[in-house]
Amino acid sequence: MSTPTVDNESEIVTADGIPLRISIKRAERKRKIRAFGLIFPLFLFVLLFFVFPIVKLGLVSIDNSIVPDILVHSVVAIEEWDGNGLPPESVYAAMAKDLVEGKKNRTIGKVAKRLNFEKSGYRQLLISSARKSKRLNAPFKDALIQANKKWGEPAYWQILARENSPITFSYFFAALDLGINADGSIYMQPEEQSIYIEIFARTLVISAQVTIACLLLGFPIAYLMANLPARTSNLLIILVLLPFWISLLVRTTAWIVLLQDQGLINQTLQLIGVIDEPLGLIRNRIGVVVAMTHILLPFMTLPLFSVMKGINPSLMRAASSMGANPVQAFFQVYLPLTVAGIGAGGLLVFILSVGYYITPALVGGPQDIMASQLIDVQMNKQLNWNMASAIGVILLGITMVLFAIYNRLVGIDRMKLG
Amino acid sequence: MRGLPPYAGKLETTWYYGFRIFCALIFIFLVAPILVILPLSFNSLPYFTYPIEGFSWRWYYDFFNMCPTDQVVADFTAQFESGTISDNPCPKTSTNRWLNSVNNSIIVAVCSSIVACTLGTVAALGLSRGKFPGKSLVQAILISPMIVPLVITAVGLFFFYSSIDPGLRNFLEITGINSVTQFLFGGDIGVTNNLIGLIIAHATLGVPFVVITVTATLVSFDHNLVRASLSLGASQVRTFFSVTMPLVMPGIVSGGLFAFITSFDEVILVLFLAAPEDRTLPRQMFSGIREQLSPTIAAAATLLVILAIALMTSLELLRRRNERLRGMSPG
Repeated sequence: MSTPTVDNESEIVTADGIPLRISIKRAERKRKIRAFGLIFPLFLFVLLFFVFPIVKLGLVSIDNSIVPDILVHSVVAIEEWDGNGLPPESVYAAMAKDLVEGKKNRTIGKVAKRLNFEKSGYRQLLISSARKSKRLNAPFKDALIQANKKWGEPAYWQILARENSPITFSYFFAALDLGINADGSIYMQPEEQSIYIEIFARTLVISAQVTIACLLLGFPIAYLMANLPARTSNLLIILVLLPFWISLLVRTTAWIVLLQDQGLINQTLQLIGVIDEPLGLIRNRIGVVVAMTHILLPFMTLPLFSVMKGINPSLMRAASSMGANPVQAFFQVYLPLTVAGIGAGGLLVFILSVGYYITPALVGGPQDIMASQLIDVQMNKQLNWNMASAIGVILLGITMVLFAIYNRLVGIDRMKLG
Repeated sequence: MRGLPPYAGKLETTWYYGFRIFCALIFIFLVAPILVILPLSFNSLPYFTYPIEGFSWRWYYDFFNMCPTDQVVADFTAQFESGTISDNPCPKTSTNRWLNSVNNSIIVAVCSSIVACTLGTVAALGLSRGKFPGKSLVQAILISPMIVPLVITAVGLFFFYSSIDPGLRNFLEITGINSVTQFLFGGDIGVTNNLIGLIIAHATLGVPFVVITVTATLVSFDHNLVRASLSLGASQVRTFFSVTMPLVMPGIVSGGLFAFITSFDEVILVLFLAAPEDRTLPRQMFSGIREQLSPTIAAAATLLVILAIALMTSLELLRRRNERLRGMSPG
């Protein structure tokens, strides 16, 4: 940067004697501050009621404070154990003390549930020992093993030694179907025990199916609308937007009416004699993909439409005048020009369908459970909030990666509605 | 697609009509399912299937929890006695579940879209004032409520609300705000199991829509108008209300409508955050679909379709007015 040096005398000066350069800079800074001042209230609101709660979700997913809070003495004592054989007497004594306190404060059940998540049998072990805790006398090692044989198995102590800090990643391991061996090495759960990976994979597969279906249906109608006179295409846009405004529940209910065994489609097909038995269209993948495609189609059609509107029709004519047949002209000239629209619409549909909950819950079967439903099950049925959070963080990660790609390719400031 | 040229061959003609028929089928796919549900709300039998046996308003009476006129009761009774309908002719329930849920939905949707519109418009004005460091990150954060799966937002807010609620209630108790709100609303203020928590949550969902639509309006906004107004001696506030706001109003209104419909249609946050007595209309429909499919759901759906068409029409009229004002379209 070798700008010609300007001596102070020849610099342009504003009315109040400040050099113009500085004055402009000041005005610029003032403008920036004002711009930020306008954004700040909303930013704070979103930070407080949207970002913080998600951070909180992240904290819950690694929260293990229940173990050090209740087994106060044991988690400290077990630090001294080298992990070989059985822990020393001091650890047993600490455990006996914790059991007595846990019984008295009625907190032992909570930690029993927590450790049972790591190894089944732990709940019974802690609760039955707590019941006998008053009668335990030194030496505690023998007393505890006598109270419950499991205290003589190193596996239970190894779990406690691993999970003695207030932070744990075991929910993430569980949510990714990973197990931890006694020596700390990580292994994949065998196929028949792995459930979560399958559901995450299925969520992505369903989203891909919906995206492809939306593309196959959205592309022709976007092409039609882009090439019709404005008056007709405006009318058709209203038809595309109509489902967008109608309640998700109304649309899902409508698909139940159509697809159920006594539904309109099955009745019609039976009436004209195509089938004897009703086709299973609901509570399975067909129902989920059809209903979700219907709901998400506008998100694909609108970006495609706006891209196609900008394509010069003479390009296609030029292609045919140079001897391309219609198929060639379409694939070599038209399609490459619409890639931006396909990318924008496809990513948006994919992002939105990854987090879908209502539609799969109402028209899907047990074989179509998606990641969002898994969070609900862990939250409200299993009452394992940490696990629900861990699954949530993984799902959020997937969404954020897709959102970052979208931002790179399309740009959020180019996102348009209607 | 500008009509078929006279020299079109057989293949071209087939393709031309074939393509149009295919597109027509897609439009039928888009619109027909919505139409299918409407007649079911007039079914005289309590089934959710076709064919419809007879015409009846009974599900609307159920929805509005009204006792029909004597004539209607007499008609129902006659139908009941002749065996056309098989259950209680005038279902009047003591708890007004459907109307109560409509009430809650309207309160939540109106309040949350007002919050989203106010904060969103001001922020969009800031965003349009040019670049500042971290702008794209701020923008991404403001848009993210639209992208993040709702279940995640719901669970996060559930944890967040239950962690701040005791402190908040305590604070309100000590500062005496509690007694004021109790006097005004006849209840405690908190964020869990409360419409206020739901309003805040829905407002965050509405924010991206307002930001996007208002920013889009501001792209074509002439900032010289603001300068002119200021140079003529109007204050910042006056300039905003008499120059900026009327011009960006279409953006605010359409963003507000999007925020309203988003809140009015939202179920998942309600499932996680609302108390049973704070059910909204979609929540009531959701449990209705899960538990038993009664045609009252179809009646509710019909009313929602009417609402959607009304909102869409107003948005379309707004768009046309806006285009006319800017001279973008001949008429």
